[in-house]
Amino acid sequence: MLTSIKDECAIAGIGQTEISKLSGRSELQLAAECVKAAIEDAGLKPTDIDGMTGFTLDHVDEIEVARTVGIPELRLLSRMPHGGGAPMSLVHQAVMAIASGMCQAVVGYRAMNGRSGARYSSGVAEGPETTDRISWGWYMPYGLLTPACWVAMHTMRYLHEYGATDEGLAEIAVTQRKFAANNPIALFYGKPITMEDYYDAPFIVEPLRLYDCCIETDGGAAFVVTSAERAKDLPHPPAVIRGAAQGSAFDQEVMTSFYRENITYLPEYDLVADQCYAQSGLGPDDLDAAIIYDAFTSIILFQLESFRFCKRGEAHEWVKGGTLDLDGRLPCNTHGGLLSEGYVHGINGLAEGVRLIRGTSVNQPTKKTDHVLVTSGASMPTSAIIIGKLN
Amino acid sequence: MSDLSKEETEKNAATGGDAPAAVQRMRPVIGHDNRWWWDRINEGELPIQRCKECGTLRHPPRPMCWKCQSLEWDHVIASGRGIVYSFVVVHRPPFPGYEYPLVVAVIELEEGTRIVSNLVGIEPGDVKIGIPVEVSIGNVDETLKLPLFRPVNQE
Amino acid sequence: MPTSIKDECAIVGIGQTEFSECSGRSELQLTVECVKAAIDEAGLKLSDIDGMVTFTIDGSDEIAVARGLGTRELKFFSRVPHGIGGAMSLVHQAVMAITTGMCKAVVGYRALNGRSGIQMRPGVAGGPLSTDQVHWGWYTPYGLLTPPSWVGMFTQRYMYEYGATDECLAEIAVTTRKHAVNNPNAIFYERPLTAEDYYNSRWIAEPLRLYDCCMETDGGCAFVVTSAERARDLPNPPALVRGVAQGAAYDQEVMTSFYRKNIACMPEYDLVADQCYEQSGLGPGDIDAALLYDAFTSIVLFQLESFRFCKRGEAHEFVKGGALDLEGRLPCNTNGGQLSEAHIQGLNGVNEGVRLIRGTSINQPKKSDHVLVTSGVGVPTSAVILGKLN
Repeated sequence: MLTSIKDECAIAGIGQTEISKLSGRSELQLAAECVKAAIEDAGLKPTDIDGMTGFTLDHVDEIEVARTVGIPELRLLSRMPHGGGAPMSLVHQAVMAIASGMCQAVVGYRAMNGRSGARYSSGVAEGPETTDRISWGWYMPYGLLTPACWVAMHTMRYLHEYGATDEGLAEIAVTQRKFAANNPIALFYGKPITMEDYYDAPFIVEPLRLYDCCIETDGGAAFVVTSAERAKDLPHPPAVIRGAAQGSAFDQEVMTSFYRENITYLPEYDLVADQCYAQSGLGPDDLDAAIIYDAFTSIILFQLESFRFCKRGEAHEWVKGGTLDLDGRLPCNTHGGLLSEGYVHGINGLAEGVRLIRGTSVNQPTKKTDHVLVTSGASMPTSAIIIGKLN
Repeated sequence: MSDLSKEETEKNAATGGDAPAAVQRMRPVIGHDNRWWWDRINEGELPIQRCKECGTLRHPPRPMCWKCQSLEWDHVIASGRGIVYSFVVVHRPPFPGYEYPLVVAVIELEEGTRIVSNLVGIEPGDVKIGIPVEVSIGNVDETLKLPLFRPVNQE
Repeated sequence: MPTSIKDECAIVGIGQTEFSECSGRSELQLTVECVKAAIDEAGLKLSDIDGMVTFTIDGSDEIAVARGLGTRELKFFSRVPHGIGGAMSLVHQAVMAITTGMCKAVVGYRALNGRSGIQMRPGVAGGPLSTDQVHWGWYTPYGLLTPPSWVGMFTQRYMYEYGATDECLAEIAVTTRKHAVNNPNAIFYERPLTAEDYYNSRWIAEPLRLYDCCMETDGGCAFVVTSAERARDLPNPPALVRGVAQGAAYDQEVMTSFYRKNIACMPEYDLVADQCYEQSGLGPGDIDAALLYDAFTSIVLFQLESFRFCKRGEAHEFVKGGALDLEGRLPCNTNGGQLSEAHIQGLNGVNEGVRLIRGTSINQPKKSDHVLVTSGVGVPTSAVILGKLN
């Protein structure tokens, strides 16, 4: 029995397709391409892989990917629920399976024609009587239909309680587009925005403007986890997993946890932060950079507070003055984030986290990046990991 | 290489892909655990589920009490008065069956439970957190009756 | 890093609702009822539970269950795919989470209005352009729409290759119903079945008759897993998890792996068997009783061979003459199985496996120190070997 999974496993390979508005091929093909790329990046063969994990939302079954890529047998098959909350849960699964001796090498993947196929901005569909459908029934009739609406509700209350303005959000929006402008894979490559652009853009759902919201894209991303021991012999410097956690907090709904006493923070992030710090023996001061899930600018504020980079209610001030820039306290979403690289449901962020550890990001900070936090979506059961360099 | 323009980004955010064909507001899925609630609404009353064992009120309805785990429940009829706890003003993407800009709010009822609904009878720009509101149950189209909230005149 | 999860964890509580053809309440209510019952039976408090796992096809999200029950926080949650193949995967998930220190006590659950709500029988529904939907498109236009039609395909080839007749299926069908006759929870309670009834029943999908097929039922089942260490202090004799594994084999499809060289066997069961035996250090000779997933009689044959109770191609002989009866070599599906207790997609098998270890089955055989419990056939699958505290 382990008391902590610290340093047991490492991310040994990452793979991505291009990110676009029209992939022109099936989601299965995107999945197969990025999975193959991740396995090759790890210096492994498909026959070395014996576990796969993905999203419940993914349209591509792991057994189809396995047949397509040539992975013969699987000893772990699982799906992580709740959309944007899932990405680091995939790592969590991989770590559990390897650290308990169930598997040797696990692939996690996400592939989606999120722009040319089914889009999240098209609202919640109707269907049979599941708890999920019943839950949406309390919101759909009133027009609370899209992720922007759900996040805006928490954001409005946050701004009200802490007397915050939208300046912090503007700073996040502009800084991340600056990173993307430098990243050839990003949808905002070569397209920086100014503060003026930010404020001139229309409201999507008040208080969120256009550039507070992520883009919808087609693309796939995958990663390979194996034991830290084995990772030492593989081609790339391993991104050792110091901590990995899931969390669902009291009175949790998916995107609509409006019934808690305080809705200006998301306690599921507190739960995940506490576990990651406890497992790793690290604290916020030890984290050199972060990939913070940013489907919307405002959810970065909630996470900065839960992961204790600043006090509750202070993140809207803390982010000002370049804190999240490359030479700031916490370089954040150096790939451009979901806001401006592309929306591959957070797995593209994981790939960037690994690049930061390897020292190969296109926006590699000049200061050290020995420890990187990578998080998952807001206002749902969520997950996070801390990765570090091999000691 | 990306060829994304600001105009395209706006257009895409606004159109929302293959939006549903329905011209009406989306309907709640009705099942064992919520049919009674919508039945009360259709009778013109705003109910709140109550545990028969310990009296705890809960919304949205669920089959078991999270305080005492009793499966026995009934309901009370809410006064219909409350305050705006948080709100959003939805601009885009527009969906068929709804009018924009659309104000959706989390209302904290006098009884202590919260409910999500629309605010009507107020300009979006006038909505503030904390303003008092009261329920008004009525049809939004031929067949869908919803509890909506309107501001209470503050003297 | 542990090399085996052997004896690290135990099932300490089981709970279920009644099984019926019309529950009259929501699947969520069935879930909170059986989960509450499992936690109570384990001698734990709601606040002790910090992990939950269910099927991807379950209609009740763990967060809805948590809000319903009032559990405070979850540090572990996941879904296992491929329906009936996932039953023991729930145990697998729980064991991984506890063994790696991610959480302390996990509830696995499955509840469905399988009869009165959405039934399995009408075949495959429409949906988005997923690989799953594309996959069904190769079969549905030809009317290969239901589980008996898919399983029948494998069965027909098995019978052809090994010269098996329907006698073995009849024996399984009748023996399993005999167990159910004794079990007040079973849909076949006090409804015995003769071999004559079996042969007189109508074809569903040749070579499978009505009584080769399980029923559709409403009901819910749940279990609680915690560390073996902690289990010692709880009220029930723990059912230790000696081995637990998942497996998807080469060229795996869901229910239609017809493209493998040999379709008279199910290699995913071989993969699961090898892992369970290796983890536990046990072999088929050590297994005293089994809950073999029996949505259809014929799939019991594939499992007996994969778990090496007999040689390949010989299970149809092995089962004759009472091998699966209470006094036989391998008392099997002592609750009446999916065939005649209820079809809770394998979760009722976990509960009966735990009762066999505790010695509290309504059809308790003489010895049951080690019990094998398996999951569904023709899909990526899973199994567990349970044992008594040493």
